[in-house]
Parts: sequence; structure tokens; C-alpha cells
Amino acid sequence: MDLRPLAVGNQLEKRCIEMWVYQKSLEYPAAVRATNPGLAKDVITQYGGPDGELGASLRYLTQRYTMPLPQAKAALTDIGTEELAHLEIVATLVYQLIKDATIEQIKAAGMDGYYADHDKAVYFVNATGVPWVAAYIQSKGDPITDITEDMAAEQKARSTYEYLIQLSDDPDVTDTLRFLWQREIVHFQRFGEVLDLLQDYYGRQHYFDMNRLLKGQ
Amino acid sequence: MEAVQCDPRQLEVLRRIMQLEFECVDLQLFLDTHPQETCALDAFRAFSEQLCDAKREYEAVYGPLLNYGFGMAPNGWQWICDPWPWEINWRRGA
Repeated sequence: MDLRPLAVGNQLEKRCIEMWVYQKSLEYPAAVRATNPGLAKDVITQYGGPDGELGASLRYLTQRYTMPLPQAKAALTDIGTEELAHLEIVATLVYQLIKDATIEQIKAAGMDGYYADHDKAVYFVNATGVPWVAAYIQSKGDPITDITEDMAAEQKARSTYEYLIQLSDDPDVTDTLRFLWQREIVHFQRFGEVLDLLQDYYGRQHYFDMNRLLKGQ
Repeated sequence: MEAVQCDPRQLEVLRRIMQLEFECVDLQLFLDTHPQETCALDAFRAFSEQLCDAKREYEAVYGPLLNYGFGMAPNGWQWICDPWPWEINWRRGA
């Protein structure tokens, strides 16, 4: 398959940026209707929980280096970068939900333990306060293995957003969570396409074989 | 609850930029696995052209959207000006 770009005009060339750049805007207009530390305590799991955006972004960005196909390298770079934007959206929700909370509201919501350690700062924990660990993610060096993990990761994140939507009693937060939920579905689709391309690359007749054997190692 | 006061005109231009940028993000991911799809590439180019114009319009008044020299800084060092993205509450309705 010819992977050369169809055409590279000036328009695209001048936007070639070979480093990370911060843009002072969110990917989606995150919104919160009212102070709600109880909801923040749940939503924060998508910040530092096992299926949250920190793990997602770091997982994809670190798996890029050992991908054999241009489409796989691009998809992991771009989805990993989008996950960083999602991390900022989740942080915005948590920050907005707790910034004006009183000590009484924090206690009533059961967020006093978090407050003791972090005040109202945004930290990488799951919904029960367990801090993020690198063991949540893998980078296995086997492209089929890694992309399969990524597809599972998108499904786990989708499920988590569904549970958070059930738990949310703030319609503006729900709307923001729905956007993030939709993106997990799109990413799952893109990773599925990458898996397809990898299977073609290694030989479709060996579909279910171990990749290490296919590589002749 | 609104600690940071936002200029409604600024938010309006910013919202337009966010909309156009989302089109570009989504098309970018699609093109990563469908690099031969001319239709998507044409749409990507059209949206990214509009995005460029919208950003130019925003940055001329409110300062750079991007750091490290990728944005325009025509009116002094506006990079440090509030609001930062997490300080804006895009509350719906009321």
C-alpha cells in the first residue's frame, strides 16, 4: 500500500510542529452548574484512576516508539495527545466542582480525607483515594499486544464514563462527561483500524498466532 | 461562583475556535488510519483554513493561544492573562 501523502501543500507544511505545544483552550467547553465535592470525588477517577486519562495518554505516547507502521505511530501520537486534552477537561471539572466548597460540604461529601492530603488541589487518585501507579498500563513491545490493550483501555474508560454519568446529578457535568464518553468510542474504532492494519502487515492468515513467532524471533 | 470574569466576545470567538478545532482533531484521527481518503483530507484542509483565520482574529485582540512562538503576541505579553482554560465555566443556559 502506498502511504505517501496525497499532496503536501504549503498549508500543511507550515503547520508541521515537532514538539508539544500548549494551547490555552479546552477541547470541549467543560461546565459545572454548582459546587459539588461529592461528584468531584467520583469524577476524579478519570484523572488518576486505573482507566483514567493520565494512564490513557501515557500508555499511548510510550507505546509509539516500537510501532512498525506509520498509521500506528500517528494514531498513538494523536490519540495520546488528545487524551492529555481530556485530562485537562477532567481536571477542570474537579477544580470547578470543589473550588468554592465549604469545609462542611467537604465533610458531608466524605471528601475530608482527600482534603487532609491535598486541600482543594487536583491530584492523581481514583474515586477511593488510591494514587495513580504506572502498573495500570503496559508497554509490551509487541504491537498486536499493545493495540489490543489500547482497545480494552478505551472500553474500560467508556464503561467508567457510563457509571459516572449514572452518578452525576449535575446536567452540565453530565454533558461534559458525555463528550468524553463519545471520544472513547471513536478511539476504540481508530485502534481497531490500526489492529487491522497490523494484522495485514504481519499476514492475515496468522490472525491468532503470537506476534513474536511471526516476527521470526 | 464565577471568580474569573470573562469577556463574552472573547468566549464567543474562543468557542468558535474550539468547534473548528474539534473538527480537525476528529478528522486527524480518521486520516491517520485512512490517509488515502481525499474527501476527509479536503474537509481537514477546509476546517484547518477556517481555524487559522479564527485564531488570527482571536490572537490579534486577546494574545497568543499557543506558547513557544507558535502563536502571535502583538500586544505585549498577554500569554499570562486570565482566564486559563480551567478557569472558564461554560455553564449551559441560566
